Amino acid sequence: MPDLLLELFSEEIPARMQPGAARDLERLVVGALTDRGLLFEGIKPFAGPRRLTLAVSGLPAKQRDVREEIKGPKVDAPQAAIDGFVKKTGLTKDQLKIEKTPKGDVYLAVIERAGRDTALVLAEILPEALAKLPWPKSMRWRTGDPVRWVRPLHSIVATLDGEVVPFTFAGVTSGNTTRGHRFLSSGALTVKRFDDYEAALKKAHVILDAEDRKAIIFEGVKSAAFVHGLEMIPDEGLLNEVAGLAEYPVVLIGAIPDQFMDVPAEILQTSMRTHQKYFSLRDPKSGKLANRFALVANMIAEDGGKEIVAGNERVLRARLSDAKFFWDEDRKRSLESRIADLKGIVFHAKLGTQYERVERIAKLAAEIAVKIGADPRKAERAARLAKADLTTGVVGEFPELQGVMGRYYAIHDKEDAEVSDAVRDHYKPVGPSDNVPSNKIASSVALADKLDQLVGFFTADERPTGSSDPFALRRGCLGFLRIVTENGYRLNILEFIDGSIKSILTSEAIRPRADWSSEGVPLIDLLIGTRSMREMLVKADAIENPLVFAQQVVNFQVSRDIQREEIINYVLGETADRSSIAGFRVEQLREKTRRLLLEFFADRLKVALKEKGVRHDLIDAVFALGHEDDLVRLVARVEALQAFLKTDDGANLLAGYKRAANILKAEEKKDAKTFISEVNEGLLAALPEKNLFAALAKAKAGIAPALEKEDFASAMRQMAALRVPVDAFFDGVKVNDEDPRLRENRLNLLAALRAALHQVADFSRIEG
Amino acid sequence: MAGNLTFQDLILTLQNFWASKGCLILQPYDNEMGAGTFHPATILRALGPRPWNAAYVQPSRRPSDGRYGENPNRLQHYYQYQVILKPAPANVQELYLESIKAIGLDPKLHDIRFVEDDWESPTLGAAGLGWEVWCDGMEITQFTYFQQVGGIECDPVSAEITYGLERLAMYVQNVEFVYDLAYNKHFRYGEVFHQSEQEFSAYNFERADTEILFQHFKDAEKQCRELLAGDKQLPLPAYDQCIKASHAFNLLQARGVISVTERAAYIGRVRALAQACCEAWLKTDMGAYTPRFPSKEVG
Repeated sequence: MPDLLLELFSEEIPARMQPGAARDLERLVVGALTDRGLLFEGIKPFAGPRRLTLAVSGLPAKQRDVREEIKGPKVDAPQAAIDGFVKKTGLTKDQLKIEKTPKGDVYLAVIERAGRDTALVLAEILPEALAKLPWPKSMRWRTGDPVRWVRPLHSIVATLDGEVVPFTFAGVTSGNTTRGHRFLSSGALTVKRFDDYEAALKKAHVILDAEDRKAIIFEGVKSAAFVHGLEMIPDEGLLNEVAGLAEYPVVLIGAIPDQFMDVPAEILQTSMRTHQKYFSLRDPKSGKLANRFALVANMIAEDGGKEIVAGNERVLRARLSDAKFFWDEDRKRSLESRIADLKGIVFHAKLGTQYERVERIAKLAAEIAVKIGADPRKAERAARLAKADLTTGVVGEFPELQGVMGRYYAIHDKEDAEVSDAVRDHYKPVGPSDNVPSNKIASSVALADKLDQLVGFFTADERPTGSSDPFALRRGCLGFLRIVTENGYRLNILEFIDGSIKSILTSEAIRPRADWSSEGVPLIDLLIGTRSMREMLVKADAIENPLVFAQQVVNFQVSRDIQREEIINYVLGETADRSSIAGFRVEQLREKTRRLLLEFFADRLKVALKEKGVRHDLIDAVFALGHEDDLVRLVARVEALQAFLKTDDGANLLAGYKRAANILKAEEKKDAKTFISEVNEGLLAALPEKNLFAALAKAKAGIAPALEKEDFASAMRQMAALRVPVDAFFDGVKVNDEDPRLRENRLNLLAALRAALHQVADFSRIEG
Repeated sequence: MAGNLTFQDLILTLQNFWASKGCLILQPYDNEMGAGTFHPATILRALGPRPWNAAYVQPSRRPSDGRYGENPNRLQHYYQYQVILKPAPANVQELYLESIKAIGLDPKLHDIRFVEDDWESPTLGAAGLGWEVWCDGMEITQFTYFQQVGGIECDPVSAEITYGLERLAMYVQNVEFVYDLAYNKHFRYGEVFHQSEQEFSAYNFERADTEILFQHFKDAEKQCRELLAGDKQLPLPAYDQCIKASHAFNLLQARGVISVTERAAYIGRVRALAQACCEAWLKTDMGAYTPRFPSKEVG
């Protein structure tokens, strides 16, 4: 069975694009082969700094012969239909056969296609597949030719069973020669099959497989570190990148001069990683960053790497001098003095500056601190300092060190230890695997920061859509939920959402005119959407009542580029009642933001609890109550409910509830009314309904205080006691009695059951 | 390593090398500019169908990078060696590596790498794909295949090679402080430029009169527009004005009087000028774009 070897040899391919390109090449070729009926046994893609390679094994020598029969019109069909069929099949009329069928004789076209040689098919499909390869960024280089590749393409190897598959792509004709390492080999390599190809490359100092290169680097760094009594600080991302930068990786060790060792380790590490792509090493005992680094060269130098190490050390010294300079300069000013500088940093065009944001966060953090039992003054202090490091030189150079640097500067300024830690930790958790802050000061600031971010972007109509979440709001929301639930903080989040909405809507930053006293006008900015000015004005013309127009603004939104003054004047003309319009908008927006945010929180909570096996419908059922906004209690309630529904009593009670709800739904529809009246005890005729009535009264009396005490297990037990009377009721009582008074009374009894259960959760949302 | 290659030797070596490869050896452009790319020999000549191979030294001014002569390698005025090859030869990487050898960096002893670094100049409406070339972890060259200049697609595609001369010299001479570079056998780099770095840093950051600069910007913009108006366009003088506006903007930025939002607007204004100049250049004889498949005359 023949094997295909395909190699695209180009100038240096960006490391970050290599793995994706290999996968895309595999996918495209697999698709093309399958389309042509060429099945194979194995396929493996490879990518490296200068080449993409694909090895396909076990291809057939040729396609299978294909015989296709197509039924046509009857022999006595109109001539036009027969002519059409002949044309469609590409045969002549003489070549058509006639088949007898129960409905009469019909024409039959038998088309036979001999399978073509695989090599011929490949010569067709490979250039097509290459043309489709979707590089994240590609370029033209051939004059007058729009063909694109990631960098200029120099040669193509395409062999099937050792023989060249001839085709041309991007002006390059395929052949059987390639090149080895840029400096450690010379001349062309002639290759036939994958095995000799991989071996020839290895001899020419090219390690084909990225996994092999990674292993060489990993082992190399590990053992080189060991020689110095050190260990490697694992860094998967860096390992992947470096493996894409060297065809023949060689690990070397360099030294960091002592003068830099008192610079915070995070700065050294970040500088080495982002600028120089060095691995950091540490002392295995103390865990402290070591004064050695590991670099990965693409060269076996004639002097054993002396020059390379010396050169890299020199570059690192210059880099670290820069970093140390920033670190020294930054500490000449207090963090506090930098808060005012945040006025110059725009957080988001619709949400004002970082300074205004910090003001909001500080207020919110203090309020949250009070609720969770932390010192509000410390929380406020930490919040005010939290973003001040954004104006420092080090964070300017290494944005990923925000927070970390803030803490160092806060400690340098002799700020309180908890406050300093909170400056760093308020960004936490930065991902699903990161810990949440457990300290209450840090938690207060972290919660305030995330809430302000969520409310801000929701108010500004910048919500995540589909896969797009440019402001990482999903992550922020999940972080918020985790901080609250993992620490067991008792907060009524609605209160804080409302407070946060209010402080954003009244923020000075989003107030277009200082002399405008109502809250409404800033909203015009916030409401700005995608519709055109013209469309808005057309609508405005059609509407005389400015209040209705304001509603239109809310509903349709307005283009970003319209003149704000123009709208204000238009909408709020001389006669308009400014405050009512403004108030109307504030209300609209507040409600909308609140509703959307709650949905968002519920969704995120479902995601967060899904891993713990918590049912999403139960979360919905509890959220649907509308008043449960204490996340800790909510989760406890959901968990108790889930446990209850697993019991026999729970499952049967749910079935009883569903039956009651269905009957009520049908009868309420029939009568066009809702049954909410008190049950008339005097009209209770049958024993089971009397029993149910008594049980309900008891349960109702028991559930409320249990819920009050957050004793959900007890609330569930109270509900469990309803199961027997409910079952007995449905067994022994006919709801739709001929006597309308009895019927109504029984429906009211069922409604009372529904109401009793809805104290715990909206059972209609529960599945199953 | 050729440890004795002085700063001026380095320049002479590159000049001789690229001259031997058939490049025009041009002289620096006599306007302040941020990079060799701004030289009309690159930005305008990269457009249109005519082949063009040129190399030159370009003094580059980056007012915000001034450090009063105290930083080991940051300068507000430094030299770039710029090579523009159009169309990009197929062996352009090899040519470049030869040039590196010529200045004494032996690839058998060093670790030379092409690391992804795409280039974009929002002010020139220009973009390209390429690499920064690393020698033992040090960026010594920017290597770019132009894709777009002045908002216009390049065809043929040019290769642009930009050597940072001071950095390269520091590497070759094994010097850590730029002012210690041997300019020639008798003078250090610091003797030539240290005072000027001090004075210009003070000028860039403290003394430059922002009112005058704002006016310069407006004047240059106005003059540029006027030179491109009507049917008697003068793209080369107009482009001079575009460079002047760009430099005034850079100075204003160093003075810290341009806010983040204004910044984007100013860049947009310079870009509009650059684009207009490029479009006008393409209508001149030297720049004229001859369609590859000219439409037949309508009889």
